[in-house]
Amino acid sequence: MDYLLTDEQKMARDMARKFADSELKPIADRLDREHTHSPEVVKALGEMGVMGVAVPVEYGGGGMDYVSYALIVAEISRACGGTGTLVAAHNSLYCYPMLKFGAEQQKQRYLVPAASGQSVGCYALTEANAGSDPAALRTTARLDGDSWVINGEKKFISNGNIADYVVFAATTDRSKGYKGISQFVCDVRETPGYKVGRVEEKMGINASGTAELIFEDARIPKENILGEPGSGLRQMLATLDSGRISIAAQALGIGRAVLEESLEYAQQREQFGRPISDFQAIQWKLADMATQLDAAELLIWRAALLEDKGLPFEKEAAMAKMFASDVAMHAAIEGVQILGGYGYCRDYPMERHMRDAKITQIYEGTNEIQRLVIARNLLKKRK
Amino acid sequence: MKSLVCLKQVPDTETQIKVNPEGTGIVTEGIKHIINPYDEFSVEEALRLKEKFKEGEVVILAIGPDRATESIRTALAMGADRGIHVNDPAVNTADPFAVAQALAAAAKDVQYDVIFCGHRAIDDDFCEVGAMLAEFLGLPQVTLVTKVEVAADKKSAILERDIEGGKETVEVPLPCVVTSQKGLNEPRYASLPGIMKAKKKPIDAKNAAALGVSVEAKLQSKEYSMPPERKAGKKIEGLEPPDAAKQVVQALRNEAKII
Ligand SMILES: Cc1cc2nc3c(=O)[nH]c(=O)nc-3n(C[C@H](O)[C@H](O)[C@H](O)COP(=O)(O)OP(=O)(O)OC[C@H]3O[C@@H](n4cnc5c(N)ncnc54)[C@H](O)[C@@H]3O)c2cc1C
Repeated sequence: MDYLLTDEQKMARDMARKFADSELKPIADRLDREHTHSPEVVKALGEMGVMGVAVPVEYGGGGMDYVSYALIVAEISRACGGTGTLVAAHNSLYCYPMLKFGAEQQKQRYLVPAASGQSVGCYALTEANAGSDPAALRTTARLDGDSWVINGEKKFISNGNIADYVVFAATTDRSKGYKGISQFVCDVRETPGYKVGRVEEKMGINASGTAELIFEDARIPKENILGEPGSGLRQMLATLDSGRISIAAQALGIGRAVLEESLEYAQQREQFGRPISDFQAIQWKLADMATQLDAAELLIWRAALLEDKGLPFEKEAAMAKMFASDVAMHAAIEGVQILGGYGYCRDYPMERHMRDAKITQIYEGTNEIQRLVIARNLLKKRK
Repeated sequence: MKSLVCLKQVPDTETQIKVNPEGTGIVTEGIKHIINPYDEFSVEEALRLKEKFKEGEVVILAIGPDRATESIRTALAMGADRGIHVNDPAVNTADPFAVAQALAAAAKDVQYDVIFCGHRAIDDDFCEVGAMLAEFLGLPQVTLVTKVEVAADKKSAILERDIEGGKETVEVPLPCVVTSQKGLNEPRYASLPGIMKAKKKPIDAKNAAALGVSVEAKLQSKEYSMPPERKAGKKIEGLEPPDAAKQVVQALRNEAKII
């Protein structure tokens, strides 16, 4: 499918693939076992421009398009799903809202160091009682002189344990419902009253920390609100739309790893005197995987291309995210099956891919929510 | 500090190589190509020298078909300034003598303090081009270099090179030809801003006529063949350990002839 890409997109992908294969793949198992990210990898990615792929060069980023971004996230996730989360959350959930909704001064102060990879950012929307329905959030922001005073707890925040910067959503006026929600940015090193709570024990993507963030009368400067007060929900939805493409790409990358390792194993494992790839039952699994992954990739490219062209892409991003994550999960289950008992054990990375793939069906909008988004778009058109 | 880096595009080390049915070469369709890894060391070293001296130029010189542009662009994305692409069917697949001739002709129009070549290209493994290029240009050459220290006046350099079991340090007047060996450095990855900048950097395309060279290859490759398939190992079974050991020793001595 290479001929659908520009030379620059291919170069970006090849660069990411080379890096992922030589620097990330060899340590992915260790990162998973030790539940840790690699600061060296993050630093190197920063130097390559990968911590701000679609952020313009003048703000410290890579200055590339969203197709390139999707290609890069897929390559990184192919080597290490957890690092894929780290990169996708930082780029799509922190850099994106700063770039789109931040004022010039805010960009200089909070985007440049993140996009250039000196600091990691995170995005805090979810709360214990506000998951699929983020507008139900309870975190409050109250203006007091020159500061906003923040109170509340955020849950399941990717990169929360290592982030210097947080974009978060809070309500300034509960009586206004979703119209009272705004988004803010803060530097956690300068935010008294802020602390990182529990870091979750997870099934997979263990190279990515998922943390609780606690704001207890935390004070941030008055000017740290993003855009107009009350525009939080709109910003949130736009951010998630764009972010979904990166989760789709992450799922695709994990799926590609599954296919590659399944192909290799099936041709070398012999039972009944021949490679198991001789059995039609195995061949069909491989054929299905390859076809579904290519279809997912094309859906991803379509959504990214629409975003690059400035056209609406909400439905297409939701389709790509839903389909790619379902395909990746299905591939991972079949991958484990192809490896048999070996697939179930830790000596092979297959069981890690299965644990990593699962999250892509859940976060940045569960796949149930994606179907809701797609259907809403379809029905809107018919009215 | 100005460097001219000779760069060859070679099949990826990960690809499965197949000889074409005529036996005249390898099947190049559908295989991935990369920068010869030794040339990547050269690019990196040239970039470091330019950065250290805070001035200069890194020029990439490659011979090869259209697809070689990809490798030149990758070097430009790493930070090199411009490229020269010699693309001529007569030269692209010629022997090291003709290749060195063409490189020497192309080098005539470039200013340089050092010319870097890989000490070998991982595809044909001739290890000849660097040495011949130095001869054609009448320059001193230092092979298998693992460390480069250029004097502040850029008139000479101290180079460390691999020798059997150790290192040799030599001093050489500049300009000279250096052939890069593994260990010289850790090449950087291209960066995303680098990729976008590379798009706008010039690559000068030339053929043999434009260089004023008439290619006179000295070698003709006759045939390519794959190494014979490894034979299955031999199992010594059903014996007591002392007898089995005797058999193994005999096999090593008489059949494998390695002891
Ligand atoms: C590892 C990890 C990382 C995360 N990273 C971040 C982050 O960086 N920032 C952030 O803000 N959040 C993050 N999240 C939160 C994540 O986005 C939410 O978990 C997700 O949106 C689902 O919310 P929930 O867990 O509360 O599930 P719920 O909303 O309680 O959903 C439970 C089930 O009900 C279904 N459901 C809910 N509503 C409907 C409906 N209307 N129709 C049909 N079905 C419905 C869901 O699909 C799901 O199956 C992360 C979560 C995890 C686990």
